[in-house]
Amino acid sequence: MNALFSIAADQRREIVSARRKTGRAALIAIALAFLGLFVVLPLLLVFLQAFAHGWEAYVEALTEPDAVSAIQLTLITAVISVPLNMVFGLVASWAITKFEFRGKSFLITLIDLPFSVSPVISGLVFVLMFGLQGWLGPWLRDNDLQIIFAVPGIVLATVFVTFPFVARELIPIMQEQGTLEEEAAFTLNASGLQTFWYVTLPNVKWALLYGVLLCNARAMGEFGAVSVVSGHVRGLTNTMPLHVEILYNEYNFVAAFAVASLLAMLAIITLALKTLLEWKLSRDRAPDSAPAGD
Amino acid sequence: MRIDVKNLTRVFGDFYALRDVDLSVKSGELVALLGPSGSGKTTLLRIIAGLDWADSGDIQFNGVSTSGRPVGDRQVGFVFQHYALFRHMTVYENVAFGLRVRPRQQRLPEPVIRERVNRLLQLVQIDWLADRMPAQLSGGQRQRVALARALAIEPSVLLLDEPFGALDAKVRKELRRWLRRLHEQLGMTSVFVTHDQEEALELADRVVVMNKGRIEQIDTPAQLYDTPATPFVSGFLGDNNALDCHVAAGSVLLPGIDTTALERVEVPNGPARLYARPHDIAVVPDAEGEATIRFVSTVGAFVRLEAELPDGRIVELTRTREEQNEDPLAIGVRVGLRLYRAQVFAA
Repeated sequence: MNALFSIAADQRREIVSARRKTGRAALIAIALAFLGLFVVLPLLLVFLQAFAHGWEAYVEALTEPDAVSAIQLTLITAVISVPLNMVFGLVASWAITKFEFRGKSFLITLIDLPFSVSPVISGLVFVLMFGLQGWLGPWLRDNDLQIIFAVPGIVLATVFVTFPFVARELIPIMQEQGTLEEEAAFTLNASGLQTFWYVTLPNVKWALLYGVLLCNARAMGEFGAVSVVSGHVRGLTNTMPLHVEILYNEYNFVAAFAVASLLAMLAIITLALKTLLEWKLSRDRAPDSAPAGD
Repeated sequence: MRIDVKNLTRVFGDFYALRDVDLSVKSGELVALLGPSGSGKTTLLRIIAGLDWADSGDIQFNGVSTSGRPVGDRQVGFVFQHYALFRHMTVYENVAFGLRVRPRQQRLPEPVIRERVNRLLQLVQIDWLADRMPAQLSGGQRQRVALARALAIEPSVLLLDEPFGALDAKVRKELRRWLRRLHEQLGMTSVFVTHDQEEALELADRVVVMNKGRIEQIDTPAQLYDTPATPFVSGFLGDNNALDCHVAAGSVLLPGIDTTALERVEVPNGPARLYARPHDIAVVPDAEGEATIRFVSTVGAFVRLEAELPDGRIVELTRTREEQNEDPLAIGVRVGLRLYRAQVFAA
């Protein structure tokens, strides 16, 4: 009797585990199919299109003066805006997590603003401020300064759109780490700068790099806000994403996809680095509480 | 270094963390700040260290006011409750930190730093852990690193916040003994915060009992135990029977207990509250006695008993094992109680 029961139970267990297995397989298949359709395939197509006329056409599309200027402008924009936002992000999260002051939650909300506003609106705000008809327009014209439809405008728009990335990464981890180590450093007679440099910064370095990486990816890939302020002057105010759009609208698919492939590669590299950093980060966050006792 | 705390008040919003606190710690003394949580003991320690500030009052080191002097200037070694070790540095670098951040002119050459750090690690008996990261250490080991790190700057005052709070009971006892020896060896003025009375009574030269931001009593452990100055200290320290009684012309009236052996008390006539230690009440088998034994436990060095008074109140008692062996008291036996010593406060 018992044996019979146990056989039945075994069978039931097998059926259940088989069902579980098929269920799991189905879920994985759906996820993979989705990823394949919406991520891998388009990415593959970008490279296929880019190389549709062979390696030479690809290289030519990338070395043609307008493309080179677009690549340069994108790099310049990133080189200016990423360090700026790194410093801003560090300062903001340091202030928010290590000090108590009034208006703190308002500051946190402000930092999130670029995430909640459409990039096109962000761009328009800069046009309204610095454009010829804008708020500061007459003064800028009198002093012979051009911001909109020029490099400064592009940098400004990019800085605005990308400034939450570093702070958003740092605030949670700094909050979690608290201020105890800083206090310990103070009692050991370290100056504020030493404390920041030797205690706070090393504790958040992977989170910081992670934020910088995301910030950089967005700075190089930003389209909306930059599109509004750039004016699309070829060879002058075109960044890579804008250049891709222009080429595409001119039916120059090979060139468009060649430039796009550079951005795609940036994305892939970013992704790889991101994975690496996430691994390092998880070690930073690892709880500091081993079992008590000797 | 001598520490004088004068009239210290600290307010958080409308909560008085400290209220008119006065305290003197003699040079070389080991003092415990003891109290329930929220009593202000950690706030007081942090203000002495310079990690927090007072709303009024002053702290003097050797008679010199510390107000306006930065934390690091005070030559204070601080050991944090959860150690606050620098998580990305090795044990060695943690201890060396205080020496490395000195201004360039005062910085010691590297060999001297190495020598001193190694000596400190030996002192706290963890030299074999120099290359480990804090996350790889046990609680007791972290505690030792924290201590070595605080000692590296050669402080004249050592402040410890719940030094054994996060350790398990066995390690705690061991570290306590070791810290006591270390204190005797170094002779540094030390103040530590604890909510564990056993720890305070065993370790400290003097104990400061705090409650609700005020100091209730400052005394040696023996004095605190024998002559608690306030009802709070009586109830907080050690086992005590708290009983409502009546005072008439200096003598205590407590139905069911013989109080004739008590000294005259300086309490006005009327209702009062009496605190009596279990071992200050003698218990004698007496068929005519007014109390009845309700509970007996023979676990431990002493036998613990509970007796019920005629009005239903329970009194805790102790006897030695010999007394219990010679003349066993069982549950239900009627006994007479005689009080030898008690603290009485006007109600």
